[in-house]
Amino acid sequence: MLNAFTLILCCQLAGELIVTASGLPIPGPVCGMALMFTGLIVRGGVPDNLGMASDALLSNLSLLFIPAGVGVMLHLQLMSNEALPITVALVLSTLITIAVTAAMMQWLGRRTGQGEDKGRGDA
Amino acid sequence: MPENLREIWVYLSASPLLHLTLTLVAYQAGSYIYQWGKLNPLLNPVLIAICMLVAALVLTGTSYTAYFEGAQFVHFLLGPATVALAIPLYRQFERVKRSAPLILSSILVGSLTASLSAVALVWLLGGSWGTALSIAPKSVTAAVAMGVSEQLGGLPSLTAVMVILTGILGAMLGPPLLNILRIHDWSARGLAIGTASHGIGTARALQVNEVAGAFAGLAMGLNALSTSVLLPLLWRILS
Repeated sequence: MLNAFTLILCCQLAGELIVTASGLPIPGPVCGMALMFTGLIVRGGVPDNLGMASDALLSNLSLLFIPAGVGVMLHLQLMSNEALPITVALVLSTLITIAVTAAMMQWLGRRTGQGEDKGRGDA
Repeated sequence: MPENLREIWVYLSASPLLHLTLTLVAYQAGSYIYQWGKLNPLLNPVLIAICMLVAALVLTGTSYTAYFEGAQFVHFLLGPATVALAIPLYRQFERVKRSAPLILSSILVGSLTASLSAVALVWLLGGSWGTALSIAPKSVTAAVAMGVSEQLGGLPSLTAVMVILTGILGAMLGPPLLNILRIHDWSARGLAIGTASHGIGTARALQVNEVAGAFAGLAMGLNALSTSVLLPLLWRILS
């Protein structure tokens, strides 16, 4: 588990270094993800301990957003001044994005005749 | 407050332990309420935890900086978690490869829709330019969005808040919306939720269906990539 976590941090560090050195307009961790993905393709499989470490990190993913979310208390003034544009933009834009992306995927899937994985539920 | 209690308070509020523990406790409480409500999307655990923490900090007169001293250990893990997304992505690689053009074009359209519609709505309703720039990367996972916001000249900390709110909204409103639209294909549902509401939507999708979760994680990663490349590029061309 510890060696898996070290590997994840190494990818992130390498990603940060590549981004800083090259001036690529992407964040370091995303570059790190691309490095890790390339590594997995080259190796042709996910080592067990790496799978366990990533499952542990990702199964509580929403926890990691809480410290940044509490930052809402810094912007209460600005957010109440611009409450209408912010609220409408967040709600409508999120709904439009979900509808457009899902409809596009379903429509293109039907056109290309790829099988659907039917399910009825709340995902 | 009696003198010895005050001393304990002063001691605790100066160490990262208190706020780190509070963050975890609030999250556990939020998750408990969410489980108790049978995973009803309206009882989003992140929203519940944030409300409890903000209330606690305001009531005790604690500054966000003091809180973040402890909470930064949790916040730091966003970076490694982003790297770790390569693993579910790889696990679904065969499935993804088969419908790669389909997936890539849907995410690309979704990614542009997310940023452009938000900027347009803020601008139309008379919001400030700083707010519009800060809201542009709202559908991308927090660490990435803050970086993009900085490049555009927005306020990274405001962007972080917009990102979290978007995540919560997508996780809450996405499932009922997709039911109304009669989109029941798990891959399409996951892809849409992951594109619009990143990790918080992905966390929700992972709990409900494995395929939806994998597609949400994939969409979150690819949207992070496409937004972080396209937005700064568009901004450079337009300005």
